[in-house]
Amino acid sequence: MQKTLFALALLFTLTASAQTDKYAQVMQKNIALLDSAKSIDELQSLAGTFERIGDAEKTKWLPYYYAALAQTWIGWNPATKDKDANSQKINAYLAKAEALEKNAELYAVENMSATQQMLVDPQSRFMTYGKTAADALQKGMQTDPNNPRLYYLQAMSVFGTPPQFGGGKDKAKPLFEKSIALFKSAQPKPLYPTWGQKQAEDMLAQCQ
Amino acid sequence: MKRTALILALILFAGWLTAQTRVSGTVKDTKGHPIRGASITIKDSYDGATSDSLGNFHFQTNEKGNFTLAITNIGYNPVEQPITLAGSPIELRIALKEQLSELKAVTITAGSFTAGDAKRGAVLSSLDVATTAGSNADITAALKTLPGAQQVGEQEGLFVRGGAGYEAKQYIDGTLVNNPYYTSVPDIAQRGRFSPFLFKGTVFSTGGYSALYGQALSSVVLLESIDLPEKSEIDATISPIIVGLGTQQLAKNKKYSYGFSYNYVNVGLYFKAIKQVPDYFTMPQFHNGDFNFRFKTKNGGMVKYYTTFAYNDLGLRRQDWDSLNMKDAFSLTNHNWYNNLSWREYLNNGWKMDLGAGYSTNLDNLGQQVQNAMNMPKSFADTAFWMNFKNFQVDQRQDLSQIKAVFDKKLGGISSIRFGSEYMYAYNNQRYRNPSYHTDSLYRFHDHYNAVFVESDIFLTNELAAKLGLRYEHSTIINKSDLAPRVSLAYKTGPFAQVSLAYGIFYQKPENSQLFYTTNVGFTRATHYILNYQRMTKDQIFRVEAYYKKYDDLIKTVPLSYFYNRYNNTGNGYAKGFELFWRDKKSIKDFDYWISYSYLDTKRDYLNFTERMTPNFAATHTASIVMKRFFTRIKSGFNVTYSYATGRPYYNIVLNNAKFDMTDQGKTKDYHSLNFSAEWVPSVGNTKARTFWVLFASVSNVLGYNAVYGYNYSYSGLYKQPVTPPANRFYFIGCFLSWGVDRSQDAINNNL
Repeated sequence: MQKTLFALALLFTLTASAQTDKYAQVMQKNIALLDSAKSIDELQSLAGTFERIGDAEKTKWLPYYYAALAQTWIGWNPATKDKDANSQKINAYLAKAEALEKNAELYAVENMSATQQMLVDPQSRFMTYGKTAADALQKGMQTDPNNPRLYYLQAMSVFGTPPQFGGGKDKAKPLFEKSIALFKSAQPKPLYPTWGQKQAEDMLAQCQ
Repeated sequence: MKRTALILALILFAGWLTAQTRVSGTVKDTKGHPIRGASITIKDSYDGATSDSLGNFHFQTNEKGNFTLAITNIGYNPVEQPITLAGSPIELRIALKEQLSELKAVTITAGSFTAGDAKRGAVLSSLDVATTAGSNADITAALKTLPGAQQVGEQEGLFVRGGAGYEAKQYIDGTLVNNPYYTSVPDIAQRGRFSPFLFKGTVFSTGGYSALYGQALSSVVLLESIDLPEKSEIDATISPIIVGLGTQQLAKNKKYSYGFSYNYVNVGLYFKAIKQVPDYFTMPQFHNGDFNFRFKTKNGGMVKYYTTFAYNDLGLRRQDWDSLNMKDAFSLTNHNWYNNLSWREYLNNGWKMDLGAGYSTNLDNLGQQVQNAMNMPKSFADTAFWMNFKNFQVDQRQDLSQIKAVFDKKLGGISSIRFGSEYMYAYNNQRYRNPSYHTDSLYRFHDHYNAVFVESDIFLTNELAAKLGLRYEHSTIINKSDLAPRVSLAYKTGPFAQVSLAYGIFYQKPENSQLFYTTNVGFTRATHYILNYQRMTKDQIFRVEAYYKKYDDLIKTVPLSYFYNRYNNTGNGYAKGFELFWRDKKSIKDFDYWISYSYLDTKRDYLNFTERMTPNFAATHTASIVMKRFFTRIKSGFNVTYSYATGRPYYNIVLNNAKFDMTDQGKTKDYHSLNFSAEWVPSVGNTKARTFWVLFASVSNVLGYNAVYGYNYSYSGLYKQPVTPPANRFYFIGCFLSWGVDRSQDAINNNL
């Protein structure tokens, strides 16, 4: 009897872990694809894949996060003309993720989405989308003061602001440095985002 | 145990091998264009694909049995269809229907320039108004650099497409402004009463406007006041001619705000330093105080109250045009109190409500006296009546109370219907005294004006939209009603380009000065036909517009004596022309410029005109170029405006045997004006600064061109005196300070 129970328990654990393994495997594979994806079609297809994983899993925010992230990389591509429509997609993924969990990584993507919309017409949009972007950064830093990606994004925003307006290389440099230091000490959980360190190092080189 | 697991794995693996189904196909829109980026998903599985740039997709799935396939893409209605996965390949053709969306949909542009910070179609923002050289932060002056408006310098108002100044009306938050300008001084244009910084958006419509607005034959300027300010602040203005202090306080919960300000203008010092043609015996001075209170309602609606009180006086002497050793001394005192209350509320089921109420009262005490070389009053024999009529005292008052309600209902998608009603009660009186003849007459009238209107925005597709409107109006003073239809169509010809058409009938009551004498008149009428093409990207706008405007029932003057007239509706006329506008913020970095050109052909027979004639406020060709550049390195911006207009006609029309005769006519020389302004914003970029300030300087008519706006004829008709500006150039230097919020941020954002 005890043996049978043990066998059943073991079988149950095995199938359960097979289930999670399938999730982890698929996620790992697609995260690797996302890291190497270049074309808009590749990224778009990955965003769709992550969304399907999220929809099927129902309780995991990470697939939606990666869907939003893939969509954000599409937004940074100059070939993407309609940034508003693209950000609408990013925000739709973010909304699905945030319904499950609100965290600093999602705020980082929200910041990029709003920044992309702001850049469409900085003059008239600074007060709206620019503020949304800044608010997202601030909320993110409140949630996780040691998130390296948020410091990287803040540094990027300072880097892009002319020195006369309180930005520039000199002011961005310490922020890139702080971001890289945080990247080095960060210990991300499996499947959690890791992007940003190389970008921050490249930018820091430009600040020298 | 191991064995069981192995078998299990084998079964799974076998299943993997045998049950794969290939699903492929294309996703297109209803017109057959491929859709890129649509998501195709087997519900509750990981399997699916995303369509590529040709709309193609394919994927393999291990699922077996009956599932639902979901196809989604933002901007399209989602589609779900059952799918049976059994191993054999499946090929699908999917069509998605585009959702109607406000972002993508065409907007009707015929006749109107939208200006504002919030809207993407911004043509002029408040800061654009302030940094347009020559405007000196006057909204009307800045609007004159847009096509359709004339460069009229001797009278305030917007003279649009062959229309007189009074044919253009201004609305704040939906309600009419009775006295938008400071009271007229003969031959000197006055400024508008309202600062551009009160408003978040301005629509300048040069024709074909919505059924929500009536009583304007030519044009409406729609000003939308800002909701809650972004932060609390204190502002101060210091300049040799103006001092001001004000505050805006925003509640901590960001639900309500209030603010008040006061400013005082006295040009005495300035007129002593810069010589003026008229001899000012009372230096123009202006007191302005205002107060506002605004709060957000529970459902995101907004209640706003704004009031302003203004007092000004002035006195000036000018050369009399009948006698070279006499002068005409004109003096004016004005009190004005303006109130505006508005309530915008979002109701259930897609309903929106806009309520507005207004009260304003305006009191003028003005007079003129003929004086001799010693500035002493001069009297004349009874027979020199043309001189005696130059001595007068007028005390007049205009009160307007009004309410307006507009209800807006969203229909399926983005189409909507709105309807509402407007009621205005106007009281006008005028006491006219002539000391030479000991006359003392009081004219007055009341008018109850009612209007109901209905309008519908119908989007047939994202590319094709129609706006249909109808307005009914009734005025008790003339006891007439009218029915004004308005129709506009817009068709999107490309991602940034569109064609619009507008047609409408517009009615307007005769002016107060006519109604004092005759009430047995009807509405004047204009019919507009407009064709517009516009191409707009985020940094560039190109538009071309052609129009034809027909005037009917214009007021004609029937002379009874040298001074007394009656009026009737036998006048008529037309205006036709085309206009070009080009604005570019992209081609040169940090450089923003616009060019406008208007061609106008207009004639009308109205007032004392002897036949259809081109009115004296209409130039055939008008052009402006406005340039702005901000240099971040030196924290300064420089602005240049050049305006040009061909000469305008002038006439000497005299009364001869109870009939008007034209004894002389001509055309003024061309008009040129080159204006310059610069701002220095030292706190740009200094995020730690507590005090933010902007130093602003401007010179109007830099080249000192001698403008002539027209001529005044002596009674004999033998002498004509040119109408010129009071001084060739106007200089302004001022410092704007603010504590609490960085006003200089505006300047930066404008130039990013």
